[in-house]
Amino acid sequence: MATHAATDHHADHHDDHDHKPAGFWDRWVFTTNHKDIGTLYLVFAFVMFCIGGAMSGVIRAELMSPGLQFVEPYFFNQMTTVHALVMIFGGVMPAFVGLGNWMIPLQIGAPDMALPRMNNWSFWIMPFAFTVLLLTLFLPGGAPAGGWTLYPPLSLQGGSAVAFAIFAIHMMGISSIMGAINIIATILNMRAPGMDLLKMPLFVWTWLITAFLLIAVMPVLAGAVTMLLTDKFFGTSFFNAAGGGDPVMFQHIFWFFGHPEVYIMILPAFGVVSEIIPTFARKPLFGYQAMVYATASIAFLSFIVWAHHMFTVGMPLGGELFFMYATMMIAVPTGVKVFNWVSTMWKGSMTFETPMLWAIGFVILFTIGGFSGLMLAIVPADFQYHDTYFVVAHFHYVLVTGALFSIIAAVYYWFPKWTGRHYSEKWGKFHFWWTIVFVNLLFFPQHFLGLAGMPRRIPDYNVAFADWNLISSIGAFGMLCTPVFMFLILWHAKKHGPKATTQVWEGAHGLEWTVPSPAPHHTFTTPPVIRASDLAHGDPTH
Amino acid sequence: MPHRWQLNMAPGVTQTARNAYHAHMIALWVCVVIGIIVFGAMAYAMFKFRKSKGAVPAQWSHNTKAEVIWTVIPILILVAMAWPATQYLVHQSDTSNPVLTVKITGYQWKWRYEYVDYEGKPTGVNFMSKLDADSDKTRQLKSGLDPHAVKVGEEATYLLNVDKPLVLPTNAKIRFVITADDVIHAWWVPALGWKTDAIPDIINDAWTLIETPGTYRGQCAELCGQDHGFMPIVVEAKPKAEFDQWLAGQQAAAAPAVPTAAPAAAAPQG
Repeated sequence: MATHAATDHHADHHDDHDHKPAGFWDRWVFTTNHKDIGTLYLVFAFVMFCIGGAMSGVIRAELMSPGLQFVEPYFFNQMTTVHALVMIFGGVMPAFVGLGNWMIPLQIGAPDMALPRMNNWSFWIMPFAFTVLLLTLFLPGGAPAGGWTLYPPLSLQGGSAVAFAIFAIHMMGISSIMGAINIIATILNMRAPGMDLLKMPLFVWTWLITAFLLIAVMPVLAGAVTMLLTDKFFGTSFFNAAGGGDPVMFQHIFWFFGHPEVYIMILPAFGVVSEIIPTFARKPLFGYQAMVYATASIAFLSFIVWAHHMFTVGMPLGGELFFMYATMMIAVPTGVKVFNWVSTMWKGSMTFETPMLWAIGFVILFTIGGFSGLMLAIVPADFQYHDTYFVVAHFHYVLVTGALFSIIAAVYYWFPKWTGRHYSEKWGKFHFWWTIVFVNLLFFPQHFLGLAGMPRRIPDYNVAFADWNLISSIGAFGMLCTPVFMFLILWHAKKHGPKATTQVWEGAHGLEWTVPSPAPHHTFTTPPVIRASDLAHGDPTH
Repeated sequence: MPHRWQLNMAPGVTQTARNAYHAHMIALWVCVVIGIIVFGAMAYAMFKFRKSKGAVPAQWSHNTKAEVIWTVIPILILVAMAWPATQYLVHQSDTSNPVLTVKITGYQWKWRYEYVDYEGKPTGVNFMSKLDADSDKTRQLKSGLDPHAVKVGEEATYLLNVDKPLVLPTNAKIRFVITADDVIHAWWVPALGWKTDAIPDIINDAWTLIETPGTYRGQCAELCGQDHGFMPIVVEAKPKAEFDQWLAGQQAAAAPAVPTAAPAAAAPQG
C-alpha cells in the first residue's frame, strides 16, 4: 500500500514508443515476444482453470448428498479424469510457464527468451492439445474415464477417446519440453553481465531446476502413453500379463514421471513466494543458498520416491521400506524452505498487501499439505490412507492452496509491472479472505472423510459420509465464484486502476523493478548495468 | 462402520489396524506440534514485526547455527517416526502359517471368495459377493429412494452391504491371496487395517487375525470403472465353532448329490 498511489509520469511516456505489432493477428498469433507469449499462457491457464473448475462443480454437486442426483457414474468418472488433466496440464503448468516467460527475461536482464519462435510454437500447441482433449467429451463413449493416472487395463477399456487423449498428452508434452529447453537456454546463456548463477532471483533458480525436471520426465510420460496406445490399438502386451507384460510396470513408469511432475508444479511456487515474502517483509531472503540447494535436493529426491504412490500394489518389504525412507527425507529440505520463509518474516517490517496475503496463505496451507504428505509416507498408515479422500485432501492442499495460491500471488505481485496499473487492494483482499474461508471448507473436511473410510473417485457414498461431504460441496460452490472475482478485479484494474510506479512495491528488489510500469514491449535490448540492489533478495554468499 | 461427523481413523479389530492407527497418531501429533511451533512463530512475527507498528527491518539473512539445528532435528524426528513404522511393516509382511487361506478375485463389479484351504484341507466353498438389492435400487440415478432408508437393523448400510458376506473365523491367522479378473481393484476393510490391490494375472498376498466377532464393512479402493463405488465388502467374523458350523453348511450345500463325494474333487483348481 505504500507506494502505489504515486503516479510516475515518466513511466507513462514509454507506452507509445513500444513498437508493438499492429493488429490482432500479428500481435498475438505470430508473436515471438516473451511478454505477449507470457500473457497468452496466463490467459489460456485462466480459461482452463475455469473449465476444470466447472468440472469440479459437477463433481461436488453430485457428491453434495448421498444418492445419485445429477449424473451417471460413468460421466462422473469422465469428470474426475478430465478435471485432473485440465487442471494439471492446462492450468497449473501453463500458468507457471506464463509467469516464467514474463519474468525470467526481466529478472536476468535478457531482451527476450533465447528461442522466441519456438516459444510461439510451445504456446500455440496448447490450445489445439486441449481442444482435442475436451472434444473427447462429445465422442461416442465419452472422454477418458479411467482416472488421470490412466492405469491399464481400465484406461484401455475406453473407446476412441483413448487415442485422442494420448495424442493430446503427446502435444502437451512436446509443448512442455520445448518450453523447458527455452527456459534453460535463456537462463544459461542470456543473463546480463554480473548476473551470476548464484545471484539470480529464486524464481529464476526454481524455474531452471523445474525445466530440467520437465526435460527428464515428460519423455517418460510420452513413452508410457505410447505403450498404452500400442497395447490398445496395435496388439502389444506391455501392460498385459497374459501377453508377458505387467500392469504394475505402467504404474512404475507413470509415477517415475508423476512424482517429479508434482514438483514441477510446486518448485516455481517456492520461487514466487521467495520473491514476495522478502519484498513485503522489507528484509533480505533468509538463507538464499540454502533455498537453492534445498530446491535442488527436492528435485533430486523426486526421482527416487515414485513408488510411494504404489504402496498397496504388493511390493516386497525392502521396496516399501526404501520408498518410505526416501519419501520421508523430502521433509528435510521442504522444512528448510518453510523455516527460511518464517525467518525472512522474523524481525522484518511487514505490510500485508494482497500478494503478501496469498504468499502467507501459501506457506501455512502448503505446509498443512506437506504434513499430510509426511503422514502418507508412513507405509503402515498409508495402507489405510491410500486411495481415500485423505489423499484427495492432501494433494489439493499442495496444488490449490500451494501451487494455485502462488500463481494468484504472483499475478497480483507482478500485475502492476505488466499493465502499469494497480488493482484495488480492498477487492484483492476480499478475494483472498473469501478464498481462505471456502477453500478450507472445501478441502479440510476431506481429511476426515478419508480417515473415516471414504474411498476417492466414487460418485456416491454411505450416509455416514453425508455431513462432511455437504460442507465440502458448500466450500466448492464458494470457490466457483473466485475466478469471477479475480477476472473483475484485474479487468477493472487494467481499465481504471491507479497508475503504478517503476518500483511498484517499496521493498521490491530485482531487475524487473528497474524497467517502467507497464514494462515496455522490448526491454533490456542493451544489457543493464547491474547494481547490488538489482540482484536477488538475500545475501547470495549464504 | 463409519459414523456421522467422524473425524479420525478408527483403531480397528486387528493388530495391523492398531499399528496403522498408532503410526497415524504418531505422525499426526508430530505434525501438530511442528505446526504449532511454525505457525506460532509466523503469527508472532506477523503481529510483532509490522511496519504499522514502526518495526524497522533487520538486515541479517542467515544464521548457520539455526540452519544446522532445523536440519538435524527434523532428521531425528523422522528416524523416530520411521522406527515403529518399520516394525509394523515387518509384522505385516509375514503371511506364513495361516489357518485359513481365502482367494479373493475382483471383478467389475463384485468379489469372488474361495475358501482355498482350512486347517490344511481344501474346502470347495466359493461364492460371489455383490452389492445388496436395496442399495442397488436406491443408487440408480434419480431413483427417488432415500439412501437413509437402506438399513440392516439400526445400521444405515447404504452401499456398504452385500448379498453374501465373507465369513471368517476370529482369532485365526487368515491368509488372503488377491487377484482380479478384468481391471485393477483393491480390497479394503478399514477395521482390518490394510488394503491390497487386486491385479489381473498377478497374485498379491496379505493376512489378518480378527480379534473381535462382528460385521466389518469396506469398499473397493481402486478406480475400476463405472460401478467402482458400488462393490462393497462385508466381513462377518465369527468364533471358531460358529465358523466351522457355517463352513460345514456351505460345504453341504455346495456338495453334489452323492453324499460321500471326495472333497478333493470339489476343490477349486486355484
